Amino acid sequence: MAAALLSFATTGKLSAQDGKTIYNKWCSGCHGETGAGDGVGAKTMLPHPRDFTKAVYKIRTTASGEIPTDDDLRRIVEVGMPGTAMPEWKSRLSAAEIGAVVQYLKTFSPNSFKGAAAKAIAIGKAPGGDGVADGKAVFQKLECYKCHGLAGRADGKSAPTLKDDYGNPIRPADLTENWKFRGGNSVSDIYTRLRTGLDGTPMPSFQDAVENKLITDEQLWRVAQYVHSLSPEKTPESREVVRAALAQKLPATPDDAAWATVERFWIPVVGQIIAKPRWFAPAVDGLWVQALHDGRSLALRVSWDDPSKSPDPIWDEWLGRMSKTLTDVDGPLATQQGPDRLVVQWAQNPSDESKRPYFLGGDTKSPVYAWRWSSEPKVEEGSEAGLGHFTALPNGSVTQSARYADGQWQVVFTRPLASSDTTKVPRFGEGRAIPIAFYAADGSSGEDEVRGAVSTWYAVYLDVPTPTRVFVAPIAMIALSAGLGMLLVTRAQKNGRANGATDSSPMEER
Amino acid sequence: MRRVMLGAVALAAGIWGCGGKSSGSDAGNTGGSTGAVPQSGGGGAGGPTGNATVSGVIHFTGTAPTNPKIDMSQESACAGKYTSPPTDPQYVVKDGKLGNVFVYVDSGVPNGAKYSAAAADTIDQNGCLYHPRIFGAVVGEDIVIKNSDNVLHNIKAVPKVNRGFNISQPSAGMTSKRTFASPEVMVPLECNVHGWMHAYVGVLPHPFFATSGEDGSFSIKNLPAGTYTIKAWHEKLGTQQTTVTVGAGETKTADFTFSGPKA
Ligand code: HEC
Ligand code: HEC
Repeated sequence: MAAALLSFATTGKLSAQDGKTIYNKWCSGCHGETGAGDGVGAKTMLPHPRDFTKAVYKIRTTASGEIPTDDDLRRIVEVGMPGTAMPEWKSRLSAAEIGAVVQYLKTFSPNSFKGAAAKAIAIGKAPGGDGVADGKAVFQKLECYKCHGLAGRADGKSAPTLKDDYGNPIRPADLTENWKFRGGNSVSDIYTRLRTGLDGTPMPSFQDAVENKLITDEQLWRVAQYVHSLSPEKTPESREVVRAALAQKLPATPDDAAWATVERFWIPVVGQIIAKPRWFAPAVDGLWVQALHDGRSLALRVSWDDPSKSPDPIWDEWLGRMSKTLTDVDGPLATQQGPDRLVVQWAQNPSDESKRPYFLGGDTKSPVYAWRWSSEPKVEEGSEAGLGHFTALPNGSVTQSARYADGQWQVVFTRPLASSDTTKVPRFGEGRAIPIAFYAADGSSGEDEVRGAVSTWYAVYLDVPTPTRVFVAPIAMIALSAGLGMLLVTRAQKNGRANGATDSSPMEER
Repeated sequence: MRRVMLGAVALAAGIWGCGGKSSGSDAGNTGGSTGAVPQSGGGGAGGPTGNATVSGVIHFTGTAPTNPKIDMSQESACAGKYTSPPTDPQYVVKDGKLGNVFVYVDSGVPNGAKYSAAAADTIDQNGCLYHPRIFGAVVGEDIVIKNSDNVLHNIKAVPKVNRGFNISQPSAGMTSKRTFASPEVMVPLECNVHGWMHAYVGVLPHPFFATSGEDGSFSIKNLPAGTYTIKAWHEKLGTQQTTVTVGAGETKTADFTFSGPKA
């Protein structure tokens, strides 16, 4: 311990005791008091919090197998690790505090850090010009698709078998959602990861391919540029209102070329952690939603990344690993893969602005109108009184058309705007914003009707062929209330389920 | 000063086809492989050596579990190297003898004796399996990792004591060198692209180790006279040990018997 204490002398104003105090206050809850990655609830997270006693770090500027530099550690603590439970700390801790806690982290593995400091590899500058096409060719030559899939959606042939150093299941990054890259999503971040690999995971370093002159350094940059190009230029922001534009003719199938020109809206979904069994490791993290109507029917296309078309026997191994790793969460996972699921929930009575149902599939007092889709594929229309409590309605009129390709589901739902059952089935009126929420689950990851990912309420607004002024006003109004809803989901997830349904459901607090 | 690990490579080739059109475990072989360096006067290798030998046979009783079939259909470049469906050679059993047991001197080598690394060992990836699967290396010794398959392999070391690494070889003909800094028996190596690929390297501070051949025999040569704890490790059946005293120029026998796992 004496050596550990000494090292703090170099951190400036803060002492050893400070690093430890900061750690115990802010970090030990996840990383454990002894740094072994075994804090409260650690077992429910995927990936698990880092075990600092091994000194194996993912995000480094050092060669594969080497310890990180102090700067590497500092940076990751500052910015956090997107797509995981690891938060950013720069808004809470000062630079000196972060420096002190980083020194303290190293004391959990004194042997690893006792030698000379690790050397960062030299990172040059990205070559100019458009190298995306080259990058794609090299991506294929290097066989990145074996893990990441041809389109980069984490559905490679080896994906179901991947595990980290601890035997926990690990997904290859979805290269089309680079805002979740652990180490940042700039071209030079990506290039650095290709040089160093992510230690402790199956993601290898590609340094040797350059050293063996299989590819040039420039080509590795091109791969990084190509990977970067697979995601939207900007991280998508969710907008509260999905616009259903008017169309002459509705595309009936998911791969109809007409969808390419329809505006798409990103709807993030998060693990369902309110109703039991809770789920902290959702496979789906967002949906792209597009809508059109032709004055008679509404067509909704929902697209989401899911590396498995469940059930699929090649994912049995994955499910086995999931159930072993996530044992502590409200009971065992299913032993068999179910189908993939999507539930589209609608307010039963969209005109009653003040009474939106509880966002987890409504409840007994205030059920939602729902389309329950599963990957058989089929869709049922009914009402839901809380997640998984679904009652089919007779004479459903919603139809579905589903397509699975390259790690992505695309499902088109079509329904007449009018409905004969006016109590349980909302009419999709033009010029009105109709509340909508989503639930998604991946059967191959042990997800089902309750373990899965949920969204808060959004709205679908059906265009009317009138001047834009009329269109803008309700959108602004809905945006306001839905924006509030987003906040409330977060709060509800913190506080656990609000008790009453109609008068204190989180969506109604104002 | 040449290491005789070439024998190990040839042995592995014999047992698993090494990518040739061989279908399995009928290629004969004797003698196993050894990590011991034939010394000429105890020069460059540093620590003391001698001319004593510990050799023996690994016996096997009971029924060996069937080695799991490997589905290589996703990798035609590898699948095409086999005439019959490949299996994962966890148990190399023939006529009551057990191959692929790593036998090594665990204690008895003078404390502080330093053996510098000799010529590099090569581990080859061929037919989407490692050759050899079980081998030893001296601390600091270069391990040459070679890809004979025209597919992407990554090579991930998952040690407990040493630092691991995870590197990739996306093409045939690539070689990489890695070393381990501390003794550790065994360091698992794995490929994540092909989840069935496993190898184990025993890292020791000295060259007194061997891997049993298909006939179960092994031989640890060039030992100085002394009393040694000899351990025998099998990837599924665990570790056994015995103590042997050898005088200069002597050859002593240390046989081991492993039994198949209880059903
Ligand atoms: C809410 C839980 C949580 C808290 C609190 C938390 N972490 Fe983490 N941390 C994680 C998880 C989960 C990971 C692993 C992410 C991964 O493997 O992708 C992680 C990873 C890390 C890593 C590894 C980075 C790498 O490159 O591998 C460091 C360093 C780290 N955390 C430092 C801290 C420090 C310092 C604090 C306190 C100031 C802290 N963490 C607080 C959950 C947490
Ligand atoms: C053996 C499987 C495998 C191969 C081959 C592979 N990856 Fe990965 N990759 C992974 C895994 C697993 C992760 C996720 C690691 C994590 O979540 O911590 C990952 C993560 C990534 C990331 C995200 C890094 C970050 O900061 O989170 C990028 C970018 C990436 N890989 C690109 C590539 C490219 C480009 C190639 C080919 C040159 C490639 N990968 C080859 C398994 C692989």
